[in-house]
Amino acid sequence: MSGNSPFTKERRPNGAAFAIALGLAALGALLIWQGVVIPDKGGYAGIGSGAAPKAVGGVLIVLALGHLWTGVKSTALPHPHQNWAAIGWVLLGLLLQLFLLKPLGFTIASALLFACTARAMGYKKLHIALPVGLVLAFVVYGVFDGLLKLNLPAGFIEHLIYRG
Amino acid sequence: MMEAFGFLLQGLATAMDPMLLLYALLGVTLGTMVGVLPGIGPALTVALLLPVTYGLDPAGSLIMFAGIYYGGMYGGSTTSILLNTPGESASIVTAIEGNKMALAGRGGPALATAAIGSFVAGLLATLALAFIAPSVVKLALIFGPREYFALMMLAFVTVSAAFGDSAMKGLTSLFIGLALALVGIDGLTGQTRLAFGVPQLLDGIEVTTLAVAMFAVGEALFVAARIEGADAKVHAIKGAVRMTATDWARSWKAWLRGTAIGFPIGAMPAGGADIASFLSYGAEKRLTKYPQEFGHGAIEGVAGPEAANNAAAAGTLVPLLTLGLPTTATAAIMLAGFQQFGLQPGPLLFVTAPTLVWGLIASLLIANVMLLVLNLPLIRIWIKLLMIPRHWLYAGILLFATLGTIGVNPSPIELVQLTIFGLMGYGMRLLNYPIAPVVVGLILGPMAEQQLRRALSIAQGDWTTLVSTPLSAGLLTVAALALIIPMLMRARGRGAVLSQIAADED
Repeated sequence: MSGNSPFTKERRPNGAAFAIALGLAALGALLIWQGVVIPDKGGYAGIGSGAAPKAVGGVLIVLALGHLWTGVKSTALPHPHQNWAAIGWVLLGLLLQLFLLKPLGFTIASALLFACTARAMGYKKLHIALPVGLVLAFVVYGVFDGLLKLNLPAGFIEHLIYRG
Repeated sequence: MMEAFGFLLQGLATAMDPMLLLYALLGVTLGTMVGVLPGIGPALTVALLLPVTYGLDPAGSLIMFAGIYYGGMYGGSTTSILLNTPGESASIVTAIEGNKMALAGRGGPALATAAIGSFVAGLLATLALAFIAPSVVKLALIFGPREYFALMMLAFVTVSAAFGDSAMKGLTSLFIGLALALVGIDGLTGQTRLAFGVPQLLDGIEVTTLAVAMFAVGEALFVAARIEGADAKVHAIKGAVRMTATDWARSWKAWLRGTAIGFPIGAMPAGGADIASFLSYGAEKRLTKYPQEFGHGAIEGVAGPEAANNAAAAGTLVPLLTLGLPTTATAAIMLAGFQQFGLQPGPLLFVTAPTLVWGLIASLLIANVMLLVLNLPLIRIWIKLLMIPRHWLYAGILLFATLGTIGVNPSPIELVQLTIFGLMGYGMRLLNYPIAPVVVGLILGPMAEQQLRRALSIAQGDWTTLVSTPLSAGLLTVAALALIIPMLMRARGRGAVLSQIAADED
């Protein structure tokens, strides 16, 4: 499994604080930039549409500096070992559902997400997880699309059985 | 006083409608279920159900949501006691004494005192809500934009910075939420902000998408990433789920104290049920006649906090219903629930929809009775839920999480947001950043901005208007103190007590 990379064991000190500082600074800069460029008639006391993005962006920059300071001052706590493969499985499931939802319909796309999540949680029998997911997603589709009038994307399974 | 009583009786008449009773039963059952199941709490469940209830009756749906909130507070204790894994964050302290009691074979009395304490607290606190609400509504009528703005500043500080292990982490979470809140069309000028030409972003970031992503997807990733070894062991309940005379004698004062601590904490924007339960635990530990039992299964340590978290849940409804001000993540999502039906909680709601408001409050009294039945005689059924293997549980949670998002808006943009915010939620959990401030920031951010801009318009740009009434100046002072004092405490090495009372999701 790729989860055993040495990176997770010997984490560089403060890596997280610096990364977060960078992310906050980038978000803050984006907000300030947008606050400046959007048309702003000012309103009273200069508080128009652009003021809040500039203010929130400014605080984010300050928080980024705070994280930099923490990163320099302290050493990061050792992380519990993270199973990256499991995270990969959940993300794979979400992506499969995202891309297959329109072409294959809710039932199949969601069954794949179900099976991938079960795999991420350590259940390796895909030949069981997939049918279980199919049945569950199919029932959920029937209840929510049929009874509760939620508009879920239909694929060939749904057309065949519910509308056929 | 008397008028509240009259309204409450009318509300009871409304709430006795068979359909509404059914919604209440559905809500408390679901609430108990999610309370029992580790990993999902009331905030997530209400968020998941929001899209599903678009087509349903507003009163019924809101009663169901409130039932879930109450039920979650009841159910959480079961997991804490039997599994030592709190079912939701407000039951973390219950695990300290409760699990010790279960280990000593006193799981039955622990569950009983938790359930009866929740009932006593829920009943008293709901009555307090009914009698206080009309006065707060009268007070709220004199509130102008500056008072609302000051109140929101106070809510921001208490949700993010006052508790937890670091003010910086809490504020970071809050400001990420405030940044996300800016996406979409500015309500006052119609100016589009931060949408970058993506039409789906014009309406802003959906509260439900964010909440489901951070609570469900983030939690699933977090659990998956540290999977090692077997599931935790469930302690069987030995003996009956009832209490001896000594248990009663030791519990009842703790229930009342828990209620007295929990309700005001929930009612003032001072944090959620988890904070109340920690303070109650501290109080019981100090006042007990059996200090040697604390840490080894003292019944007061279960009775007090469980009463406190239910009382706080009811207290949270005071600012939510009377001021439209959510002070916890669950309340924030319930506010989204009101808005979904075109209702704006606040003083006006008591005038425009009195039947709905009083029906809701009264149905909470009924829900409490239902919960007592669900949690005492039927407790063994819920314990069976703990036997569901983790992989099926989380696979199901993710399926329902995406169902809600797809149901509202089957666009890939929403699902991409779900994934991105899910990863963000995972990272925040991993690095100990609180989740609730992001959700509260997203929903309160635009409200605070509008109130500020309105206040400044009224005062023609004079910033001193914000502190020109004693009320707004006082609220802002309290907010500033709630920010500064904990920072000083942490700087002097007294922060341990604060990081224990970390506000999490409920």
